[in-house]
Amino acid sequence: MDLNSIVALLAVAIVAGTPLLFAAMGEVIAERSGILNLGVEGMMLVGAVTGFMVTINTGNHWLGILAAAGGGAILSAIHAFICVTLKGNQVVSGLALTIFGTGTSGFLGKNYVGLPVADRFTSIDIPWLGDIPILGPILFQHDAMVYLSMILALALWYIMYRTSWGLSIRSVGENPAAADAVGISVSRVRYLATIIGGMMAGLGGAYLSLAYAPTWQESITAGRGWIAVALVIFALWNPLRAIAGSYLFGGVEALTFRIQTAGFQISPFFLSMLPYLFTILVLVAVTIRLRQEAGVPAALGFPYDREER
Amino acid sequence: MNRLRLVRRNNESWLVKVAVPIASILLAILVGWIFLAVSGYEAAETYRRMIQGAFGSPYAVSETIVKAIPLALTGLAVSIAFRMKLWNIGAEGQLYMGAFAAGGVVLLLGDWPSLPLLTLMLVAGFAAGAIWGLIPGALRAIWNVNETITTLLLNYVAIFWVSYLVFGPWKDPNAMGFPLAPRFPETAYLPAIPGSRVHVGILIAVVVAIILYMVLKYTRWGFEVRVAGESPEAARYAGMNVARNILLVMLVSGGIAGMTGMIEVSGITHRLQQDISANYGYTGIIIAWLARLNPFAILLVAFLFGALLVGGFGVQTFGIPYAIVLMLQGAVLFFLLAGEIMLKYRVTMSRED
Repeated sequence: MDLNSIVALLAVAIVAGTPLLFAAMGEVIAERSGILNLGVEGMMLVGAVTGFMVTINTGNHWLGILAAAGGGAILSAIHAFICVTLKGNQVVSGLALTIFGTGTSGFLGKNYVGLPVADRFTSIDIPWLGDIPILGPILFQHDAMVYLSMILALALWYIMYRTSWGLSIRSVGENPAAADAVGISVSRVRYLATIIGGMMAGLGGAYLSLAYAPTWQESITAGRGWIAVALVIFALWNPLRAIAGSYLFGGVEALTFRIQTAGFQISPFFLSMLPYLFTILVLVAVTIRLRQEAGVPAALGFPYDREER
Repeated sequence: MNRLRLVRRNNESWLVKVAVPIASILLAILVGWIFLAVSGYEAAETYRRMIQGAFGSPYAVSETIVKAIPLALTGLAVSIAFRMKLWNIGAEGQLYMGAFAAGGVVLLLGDWPSLPLLTLMLVAGFAAGAIWGLIPGALRAIWNVNETITTLLLNYVAIFWVSYLVFGPWKDPNAMGFPLAPRFPETAYLPAIPGSRVHVGILIAVVVAIILYMVLKYTRWGFEVRVAGESPEAARYAGMNVARNILLVMLVSGGIAGMTGMIEVSGITHRLQQDISANYGYTGIIIAWLARLNPFAILLVAFLFGALLVGGFGVQTFGIPYAIVLMLQGAVLFFLLAGEIMLKYRVTMSRED
């Protein structure tokens, strides 16, 4: 493999990792506030279909992106209501979200399957940065959504660790009773974090249907929502590590394409298994190293009940 | 200022226990109604056709039962894991692995007489599903690896594996290019009621429900599983071997799901093929939860969901997307979760200063 094809491969890795990055960032925010949302797959699908439908009907992909964030937000608001207000079971509610989102997206998108996108994302060479040899084509010759995801991840890291908002989110996820005692509204923070998380998942889905594929088909996410959930653990709930993780997983996807086109005698079905097997392996490796559960928000998955302090 | 408050109930009321699932189903139907109406479909007509498709004739009812069999079994499979708060959402993949193993037995020993052949297929199906469940089980027991994610991801692996077989080495050369494994000899068919597709699997489902009920209620192991589910710390304090119980539960859970795969290929498709399961593994999760993990209630709820599936297939011919079925399933689960607060709390008005 020569240098050019390696550069091309890494550039594809960035693109393939972008939907994962959006979704994983969203889940980082939600989980940092103590809300486990296993509905990422469902939220991504609804984002993908709403983004696609709005783009087709308005001819403007930015309106589509907005709609995708809205779709993800609506779904995650249901989850927040059940988990925060009603103190319901977060695991089951997340599964319900995935099932409901899969069904709803299939229902809404029935007449849109396979249509082409007129207003698709085109790549923008960033002047100057895009001209850097090797690094330029890998990182800085992509579409706007790729840059948006990078900027959001950096911003999220900054907010999480350098601002009082971030401190509120983290403290609610670590010790809600203490946060409550210093006057932080646990429910409000959790609602906000979950809904912002849903918006991000929606954006991740829309990236698939508007830029990556770019078309709509049922279950277009193909398990990426679950890979994103695993990625959050890999990232130790840190947005910067989520960037690295997303591109690593994107790299595996890019590699399977590459192997396929290179004409190796491997069944495509085995290649298709690779991302899932790789995710499991990474999850195992990270969990073994975690041991002391460093990084896991201590209150993750537990509803907060002021009267049961 | 008056404010709504939630007050914890001391005991769960029976009325609420029955009312919540029923109300959840009704509310989900309402949500579906709204979605249908907004999307420009005739909602009332759609539901009428669904009910007719599921119950309108003896054949319709028999088809509903045919779908209820795998749903009941996957529901039972995941219910035992859920008892221990092990989130096995991998029944779909365990089902496929069971189907694969059963298909393999037929391929190797297809000339055996029926009874030993079927028995071996069932055992192989159970074993393959059990192994597929044990992988995430072991990862959880040894290293505490999140089983929700691993069980789910293994579904994709199992489905690709079966696809590989029916597109590749096990492809029937006489299937005119379709991705199908060769048709089983009739000795490998589960006996069915003549004139219908309702097969012995229905008895297997009932027997599994009875066994699960007895085991959970009357054995020491069943007691341990229930305790470990309610309070892992208490279980550990009491000297129970939690890791061993995780492995056993995942073995049984995966095994039942694997058996379901065998039952589907032996009773319905009569060959290994790609789409053996209409999301049975996932739907089983909803059924188990709706039935509050009670084995007999699972049988009943599975019948209702079988009707939903058959009705959903039926309205497809009138242009209604089948995805409506998944939507309704998800909605039921949401309302059920929301309703559970009624089991745990009473809503009261109180005055806030």
